Amino acid sequence: MNHLDELESQSVYILREAYKHFKELCMLWSIGKDSTVMLWLTRKAFLGHVPFPLVHIDTSYKVPSMIEYRDRLAREWKLKMVVGQNRDALAAGMGPEKGRLTCCSALKTEGLKHTLDGTWPRKEMNREGVYEDVLNGEPFTGVIVGARADEEGSRAKERYFSPRDKNNDWDVSDQPPEMWNQFKTDFAPNTHVRIHPLLDWTETNIWEYIEREQIPIIDLYFDKGSGKRYRSIGCETCTGMIDSKARSPKEIIVELGKTTVPERAGRAQDQEDTYAMEKLRRDGYM
Amino acid sequence: MPSDTNTSERQTMNVVIVGHVDHGKSTLVGRLLADTNTLGDGKLEKVQETCRRSGKQFEYAFLLDALEEEQGQGITIDAARVFFRTDLRDYIIIDAPGHIEFLKNMVTGAARAEAAVLLIDAKEGVQENSRRHGYLLSMLGIKQIVVAVNKIDLVDYNEGAFRAITEEYQEFLSGIGVEPLRFIPVSAREGDNIADRGDKLDWYEGPTILEALDGLKKAATNDQLPLRMPVQDIYKFNDVGDDRRIIAGRIESGTLAPGDEVLFLPSGKRSHVASLEVFSAPTLQSVGPGECASITLTEQVFVSRGELLCHPSSKPHVSTRLKVNLFWLGKAPMTPGKRYKLKLATASVEVTIDSIERVLDASELGSSSDKGMVERHDVAELTLRTRKPVAFDVSAELESTGRFVIVDGYDIAGGGIVREALSDNLETRRLERQLRDMEWVRGDVTPAMRAALTGHEAAMIMFSGTSESGKHDVARALEAALVQTGNHAYLLDGKNVVLGIDADIAFDDIDELVRRFGEVANILLDAGLLVISTTNVIGLADHRQIATQIAPAPMFLVHVGSSDDELANHADVCVDAQTPPNDAVAAILATFSESPG
Repeated sequence: MNHLDELESQSVYILREAYKHFKELCMLWSIGKDSTVMLWLTRKAFLGHVPFPLVHIDTSYKVPSMIEYRDRLAREWKLKMVVGQNRDALAAGMGPEKGRLTCCSALKTEGLKHTLDGTWPRKEMNREGVYEDVLNGEPFTGVIVGARADEEGSRAKERYFSPRDKNNDWDVSDQPPEMWNQFKTDFAPNTHVRIHPLLDWTETNIWEYIEREQIPIIDLYFDKGSGKRYRSIGCETCTGMIDSKARSPKEIIVELGKTTVPERAGRAQDQEDTYAMEKLRRDGYM
Repeated sequence: MPSDTNTSERQTMNVVIVGHVDHGKSTLVGRLLADTNTLGDGKLEKVQETCRRSGKQFEYAFLLDALEEEQGQGITIDAARVFFRTDLRDYIIIDAPGHIEFLKNMVTGAARAEAAVLLIDAKEGVQENSRRHGYLLSMLGIKQIVVAVNKIDLVDYNEGAFRAITEEYQEFLSGIGVEPLRFIPVSAREGDNIADRGDKLDWYEGPTILEALDGLKKAATNDQLPLRMPVQDIYKFNDVGDDRRIIAGRIESGTLAPGDEVLFLPSGKRSHVASLEVFSAPTLQSVGPGECASITLTEQVFVSRGELLCHPSSKPHVSTRLKVNLFWLGKAPMTPGKRYKLKLATASVEVTIDSIERVLDASELGSSSDKGMVERHDVAELTLRTRKPVAFDVSAELESTGRFVIVDGYDIAGGGIVREALSDNLETRRLERQLRDMEWVRGDVTPAMRAALTGHEAAMIMFSGTSESGKHDVARALEAALVQTGNHAYLLDGKNVVLGIDADIAFDDIDELVRRFGEVANILLDAGLLVISTTNVIGLADHRQIATQIAPAPMFLVHVGSSDDELANHADVCVDAQTPPNDAVAAILATFSESPG
């Protein structure tokens, strides 16, 4: 087994453990490369099937092609798609001009929290591929997230199975031990567990795997002639493109070998203040 | 991680740095980063300059903090994992906390490592956590240990001081069966013997830390060892038109190929591998260690998560008694009588302490005590008793199926390795059951079809208690209550079995009386019933024999009498002898409906 095989095997093992232990299980799909790789790994683990719902939090400011891509893949791969949104905040005019962290916190963190706990309506794709509102959904007790340890400081301290208390809080200083692939799969009522199958992957590994497996990743990551591309995708309003002529995973891998610029440099909310990420994260942001 | 070659083609080695607090772990890591040019241009000078301006003496440990802050500048680093590379390969350095409060983090970090560098302060000498970490490394199965005697500059690079520590620590390690690769005198602060030799240790002729790291070997693959695949799950996606029945699991050792005859333990079921299923990948000829497999079988057998798949020629042990070494991390001590969950590979069973052989204070390890419990940070030699049989190996023979964790409440509170499989005097019963099950003739009605009809799975509810406790009254009331609420329950009185089925044997042939009783119960359970029973007639206090015969049907134990009785300890529910039958029934049903069986 080479290193990519080892990473794939570990992720598949974690996904299968999650599916075994959590009845109310979902996977967060941001449409980005990491969670799309995770979705692909899920199909590997379950022989082509995706046996749990995928949750996407739609801030309404996403690049429009992201939504098209999401729904096309959902229909093609027969995904149980669940979309959440902070409708009240949007109706009241929430947007990045109110302050980036305020906006992230309302549209992502709050939207996510209430979509996961079922207190807000969820849009679910039915068998005909059409979205319908579903009220009073069951709270999810296992949430699969595509965080990688190398992304930024606060993510490096995560476990594969990381408990969150009823306020979504993450107690970094008092985490359960994790060894020999024995994970935290027992949890108290009103708490949930975040599951991180990609913890050991680096940005380069992700692209190497996309290349190897020919995963149909969204094309925003590639230069289409303007000499610019996204390295990290999110809301159109707050995500900048980078100067790059990379048109394929192969070219991106070469480029990554030379860069010293961090992955999330184009994400404006990270630059807002020093502890932005940790703050968002403590509040439940992925 | 900036890289100019495909990372998947380079070898990666996980190394953990451990040792007593303040013995120089962070300084060593900082020095390794600086001396291997992992820092990038000008970073070292920048941190030195910052220190000079603020009047602080520069330390290499500051590089870790600085890099963490500068994470956003493109270098992958954090307090837990540091990446660097040599010409030979990539390293992931896990900087484990030395403070005792963080022992569980040290264990989490070290459990991922393939090798360890253990630091000992040349001036302070061997300390509490030097010993504790050494012991834990051996229990975690880390065989490649390099001991760095650090701060050698503080003892004037004195060879005698180095030899004294080497001797003392070597003796300690020998006592716990650990053979370190080597001892290296270093000064992380001054840079002696880290990447460069320096000129002050000419009496030392061995490798530097970096040379020692490059000398570490990748573990040999386990493909020549006996096959072990813990069953992780069974998949049937027929609701989306896929009628494959897939046994999922990861190969821990050995190799598996289509056509192989396979045996599942503890159930003893046998079948053959029909195919190795994949998604979007070329057809597999075989699967080996570390690979996640998805297999289909030629003969469909009922198996579930927790069983070990093996070749019939090299079987694991099956027992309910395990002699183990264990370390405890839980806030509450591990105590006899309390129920825990044992997780070994994918098996998960209820477990209690059978006996405590020794409790070692892990920091001293010479002293043992008979305090009757295992406290936080203790290491102990115990015999564990599981409620149901588990299949496992002895750790010295097959590591990954010879180690386990203990869950207390919701959290992993301890871990350990199996030293020996002990007899539980149930081997004959298990063998008889396996032979019987192998030939068992089934109709077309499955247990699931019966459960759909009755609304419940088959289970045995076994009463214990003295003959005056009134347990017969409670058992009768329970049968009536269950049947009146639509359940299919049957009171199997031991006397009825003795009267008829046992009419040809002597009253004192206890062994045969028990066996026949168990077989009758098994048939009733196969018919899908809730079987309620008391066994005083056949003089049985220990229900494990019958539990073995009726497996996988669960046995739910009810004790009627004082909660101080020994049998009450093993019971799922205990009701007072004076309790009116109807109240007792209510208490029993409340617990029974919650029980996982």
